[in-house]
Amino acid sequence: MTTTTTTARTSKPLSTLLYRHRWMRLVGLLSLPLTWLIGLYIVSLALLLVTAFWYIDAFTSKVIPGFTLDNFVLVFSEPAYITTSLRTLGVALAVTLLSAVFAVPLGIFMAKLASPWLRAVLAVAITLPLWAGYLVKILAMRITFTEEGFFNWLMAPFGITGPGFSIVTVVLTLTYLWFPYMALPVYTAIRQIPVNLFDASSDLGAHGFTTIRTVVLPLLWPALIAGSVFTFSLSLGDYIVARFVGGANAQMIGSIIASNINLNPPVAAAFSVIPIAFVVIYLLVTRRTGALERM
Amino acid sequence: MRQKLMALSAVTAVSALMLAGCAAPAANEGSGELVFDVPDVPMLEALGEPEGSVDIIAWSGFVEPAWADTFTEETGCVVNRKVAGTSDEMVQLMRTGDYDLVSASGDASLRLIVGGDVAPINRDLLPNFGDDIVPGMQGQLYDTINGKVYGVPIGRGANILQYNTEVVTETPESWDIVWEADSPYAGQITAYDAPIYIADAAVYLMYHQPELGIQNPYALDETQLAAAVDLLKQQNAIVAEYWADPVAQITSFLGGTTVAGTSWEVLRKFTEDTEKFGGTLPVEGSTGWSDAWMISSESDAPNCAYLWMDYTSSAEVNGAIAMNFGMAPANGAFCELSDEAAAHCEQFNALNEEYFENVWYWTTPIEQCIDGRTEVQCTSFQDWTNAWATIKG
Repeated sequence: MTTTTTTARTSKPLSTLLYRHRWMRLVGLLSLPLTWLIGLYIVSLALLLVTAFWYIDAFTSKVIPGFTLDNFVLVFSEPAYITTSLRTLGVALAVTLLSAVFAVPLGIFMAKLASPWLRAVLAVAITLPLWAGYLVKILAMRITFTEEGFFNWLMAPFGITGPGFSIVTVVLTLTYLWFPYMALPVYTAIRQIPVNLFDASSDLGAHGFTTIRTVVLPLLWPALIAGSVFTFSLSLGDYIVARFVGGANAQMIGSIIASNINLNPPVAAAFSVIPIAFVVIYLLVTRRTGALERM
Repeated sequence: MRQKLMALSAVTAVSALMLAGCAAPAANEGSGELVFDVPDVPMLEALGEPEGSVDIIAWSGFVEPAWADTFTEETGCVVNRKVAGTSDEMVQLMRTGDYDLVSASGDASLRLIVGGDVAPINRDLLPNFGDDIVPGMQGQLYDTINGKVYGVPIGRGANILQYNTEVVTETPESWDIVWEADSPYAGQITAYDAPIYIADAAVYLMYHQPELGIQNPYALDETQLAAAVDLLKQQNAIVAEYWADPVAQITSFLGGTTVAGTSWEVLRKFTEDTEKFGGTLPVEGSTGWSDAWMISSESDAPNCAYLWMDYTSSAEVNGAIAMNFGMAPANGAFCELSDEAAAHCEQFNALNEEYFENVWYWTTPIEQCIDGRTEVQCTSFQDWTNAWATIKG
């Protein structure tokens, strides 16, 4: 009996140790994610941002540590750079709005009206684009909207010509790319709304749209915010879309960062502060609505 | 990604310098010499035993099994290839010191040399780097800087004016259709999407606005850069789209979005319809590019690297690279090897020095005016990059 007890005790020394020392439990639990977060994520980001205050050797493009605000002055004083920043912000907001406008009716239909079979088909259809490569999808949009492409061919009988390669096409392509990130949380949220809320609303005399406005949307708000954080921030950072379907006047923040990243890293780093600022402001605004707490 | 300093064949003897293109001797005021402050890196004196492997950064199509495997069989050097997409990427990669060789274009070579990232080359160890190298690819910046040779020529090409013959029915004699606001093809123009394209505007201005005094499109003072930027902003209004990706350019022409604009001979070939898509070198001349092997100053396999540079300079291998990539080979002897080779050389103007006389190979713009002017400071590539962003702003 005594022997058995001893065996049992010694067989789990680790558990005993962890039980006795609370800090060890915390270290064991958090060391891996924290190494990732601090070591790889925060530090590399900080290293990048610090470069924004450094100099560059104009000839060899070598970065020289030091302290200067010139890079920020350049970013905020050049009218073309300000235009580009505002354009990027506009594109990101448009993509987010468009995704939300598409996602809500689709989500309501899928969750409440569609048959289980149709619902499965639609769920696959929404996620299907995620299976294809990012660049493949952009090139597909490029072929669709080229002058002699599918869109113009389809619309020719109606006398309509497409947007060609322009800022409109950039918004459409980005919406196409990021739509699943909006549609899925919205759909999930709608599914979780009890059917009897619709019945109750109807019993109290509300029409369909009144029900959506007063019952569905408030319950959906956290999901819309969650989805919008994806569509907004992903759109802010993109530049490949602008390059392939943007035409002559669709320069984005990412385009400028990309052209400077090897040649003039300090300017690229200074510019990367702008999308970060946009996202922080966006999160602060949404926090005020209270949506983040209910997420 | 590519380079040019006007065909300096006549001035090779002056070495240690770069004249501002043959057209402008007056600007050089006697000395006309450009001396760069280059770190003193020793060159390899004699070949030793091959190390067994060599790491190469190259453009896509420069290092292929078709000729790399034979090289490995002959020398025992295994070839590790790293394909780079831009000159800037090549410079960054070379700075890591992990690579032995790079196929550097002119807008990378000067940076690499002055940064001390590449070592001078001992021509005595490269029997194939001889008289067969076409005259236009000798005596360039990379093999004359401060009297040392830094690059082994691989090939070259011009940025041509490509046009859709169904819309642009007559061969354009001038670049004006892609620059002037009243172009009949406004809204259907394509332009190259990189700061180095500013030089194309400068080439146009050199011809049409001589009062600006541009002697070399890569040596622009502030006034000249401003004039080029104004021209590019004017062009922005008639551009359908800019291209950086070759596939985008080809589909832009094939899809009818653009009907005229800057191109490479090889891209025209890839449209698979050279009847419909014409190409020409207009009267103003053009920009272009030339590539050369350069050896890292920190190379841990210099013997394999030298063997590779020599191997790829032979008529057969150099020609194979040129045909695969779609450019004019550096080794002129290739053109006599077969009918196919002769046809390739004909299409890419390999032996036509008159053609390349009008081509300004891409060069990194630096503060020191490479046209020899000393009374002004020229604009650097950083200035060009900032200016470029404002054009599309």
